[in-house]
Amino acid sequence: MTMETTSQTSGPSRPATSTPFSVGALFRRPETGAFMGMVLVFAFFAYFGFDRNFLSPYGTSSWVNMASTVGIIAIPIGFLMIAGELDISIGAMVPAAKMSMAIAVGYYGLPVGIGLLITFGLAAFVGWVNGMLVTRTNVPSLIVTLATLFAVSGLTLFLSLWLTDTTSQALTSPAWAKAMFGDYHAWGFQSSVFWWLGMAAVLYYVLHLSPWGNWIFALGGDKESARNAGIPIDKLKIALFMLAAMAAALSGTCEAILSNSATTTTNFALIFNCIIAVVVGGVLLTGGFGTVAGVFFGTATLAIVQQGIGYTPFDRNLSSLIIGVMLLIAVLMNDTFRNMATSMSASKKGK
Amino acid sequence: MTDTTAPVLEMKAVDKSFGPIDVLHEITLKVRAGEVLCLLGDNGAGKSTLIKTLSGVHKPTRGEMLMDGKPVTFSGPKEAQAAGIATVHQFGGTYPLMSVGRNFFIGQEPTKGWGPFKVFDRHKANAIAVEAVQNFGITRITDGDRLCGGLSGGERQSLAIARAVHFGARVLILDEPTAALGVKQAAHVLRIVGEARRRGLAVIFITHQVMHAMAVGDHFAVLIRGAIAADFRRDEKSREEIADLMAGGESMADLEASIDGYMDTHDGHAPPPTA
Ligand SMILES: Nc1ncnc2c1ncn2[C@@H]1O[C@H](COP(=O)(O)OP(=O)(O)OP(=O)(O)O)[C@@H](O)[C@H]1O
Ligand SMILES: [Mg+2]
Repeated sequence: MTMETTSQTSGPSRPATSTPFSVGALFRRPETGAFMGMVLVFAFFAYFGFDRNFLSPYGTSSWVNMASTVGIIAIPIGFLMIAGELDISIGAMVPAAKMSMAIAVGYYGLPVGIGLLITFGLAAFVGWVNGMLVTRTNVPSLIVTLATLFAVSGLTLFLSLWLTDTTSQALTSPAWAKAMFGDYHAWGFQSSVFWWLGMAAVLYYVLHLSPWGNWIFALGGDKESARNAGIPIDKLKIALFMLAAMAAALSGTCEAILSNSATTTTNFALIFNCIIAVVVGGVLLTGGFGTVAGVFFGTATLAIVQQGIGYTPFDRNLSSLIIGVMLLIAVLMNDTFRNMATSMSASKKGK
Repeated sequence: MTDTTAPVLEMKAVDKSFGPIDVLHEITLKVRAGEVLCLLGDNGAGKSTLIKTLSGVHKPTRGEMLMDGKPVTFSGPKEAQAAGIATVHQFGGTYPLMSVGRNFFIGQEPTKGWGPFKVFDRHKANAIAVEAVQNFGITRITDGDRLCGGLSGGERQSLAIARAVHFGARVLILDEPTAALGVKQAAHVLRIVGEARRRGLAVIFITHQVMHAMAVGDHFAVLIRGAIAADFRRDEKSREEIADLMAGGESMADLEASIDGYMDTHDGHAPPPTA
């Protein structure tokens, strides 16, 4: 080694080995793109929807509420996508959870606590089955969860008819359950908004601060190497599928308790909404990269467009066009980011 | 170094099959502290499978593994790591979209904080990782937050080796570590191997390059179609014999002669590979 290199490393004050916080670095962060997109979309709707009270408390809560029901599920779906998997069975898990709550509490009159136990137990089981099938068979998770999407949706319909003779069920819950899962609070915010914020905080910790986050990124980055490094990849995947299914159950529970009713209808739109939120939030479709903050902003963006359009003079159907264009831009940006990250010369600071 | 020191790691009649495919057959092998075992053999001979068995990735189908003379079974790579066995696998090992610091500590993250609220210690990880790769001669890496994908293939390989050296307390296993490296870095790997031996580690080194094997090997084991075909100490065989064994038993001189002969009669073209 040369003199130069030794003098560089053996100074009395150690050189900084972490990127210090700076505005420039903040702009290079991938979730910044998602944030800018959200600000842009928000500004657009704030301008065109100003006259119709888009910015009023109730205008705000209308999109925040919608964001929360998607967002609770989108973050775990983002985790799965980072780990290189996908779960579309959530589209059936949400109505399954709603019906399970409604049948247990509304039809059989069981306490809400028991209903929650049954619902989340069922969700954990569905997630476990998804995880087991994916890890044991190596069939792509899109196909596995497509199968379980139909299986769960069929079972929900069958069991509802068999047990209660109807496909929709009313449900009344005590005040504490209403307040906790499905009530309108100040400004018209639903209870699910607080669950969304709470989950975002907890899952931010898991992905970005705890060691498990490292494992999830490694799993999506290179499965074989992750296995060689001793990461329990099968258990981790099963846990992620269980998390996604239980998040779907939470979202469904909130909706059912809020509306005091449940139907068996499979929610296909929710599948697309979750995937859009995750991709617009900067998670790479190929896995190995993504942020909780990005998914959070992506979900908000989606909700602003879908709810905000009603506050503008534009035709409602245009929201789908906007979302389609946004999705394309996001995918292109994510791709550019990946290429930059994997080809960027490390020598920029060398001189 | 004599055969009287107890082997750190030992395989006794180990078989490994994947379903109907028998990859390893009756492998008996010892590696001692302060000794470099060079594992040689043709492509597909089973070298990587052997070291994956030693590092806990695969479980032996039959046979026994011993560490410090006591039988051990590794339920997974974590247990092998905990026992002080660090491995650089032939492929992968680094994650392009993760930072240098996170890459370095994958699966063995340093944490701070208390109870269940442990937090990945990014600054510590970055500092250790950068120092380790800089010691390795990769002085271009100064920022542990930089994504690994921005590094060259050789730099990433160096990162993986530096990590193994950092975590390898007893045994260091390197599966073709010099394949992606430049002359300088390859020489550095050989120096690292020498250094590890001096510190009393047992080293298992896989390579296809006679030069590299001869430079560091104390002990050689040749694998042919999953079985140990030869097992000898450095002073027991000549350089030519070792080169011949590495070519899968065929005499290197014969091979060269046949290629030369072919080229003489075919306008200097090399012969097509034989099936
Ligand atoms: N998981 C597996 N399942 C089935 N067969 C396997 C598996 N892993 C390895 N093999 C087979 O075992 C044989 C030996 O492979 P291995 O990777 O150990 O060879 P190698 O000596 O490392 O070769 P190279 O020099 O090319 O790296 C090959 O024929 C391979 O196809
Ligand atoms: Mg190999």
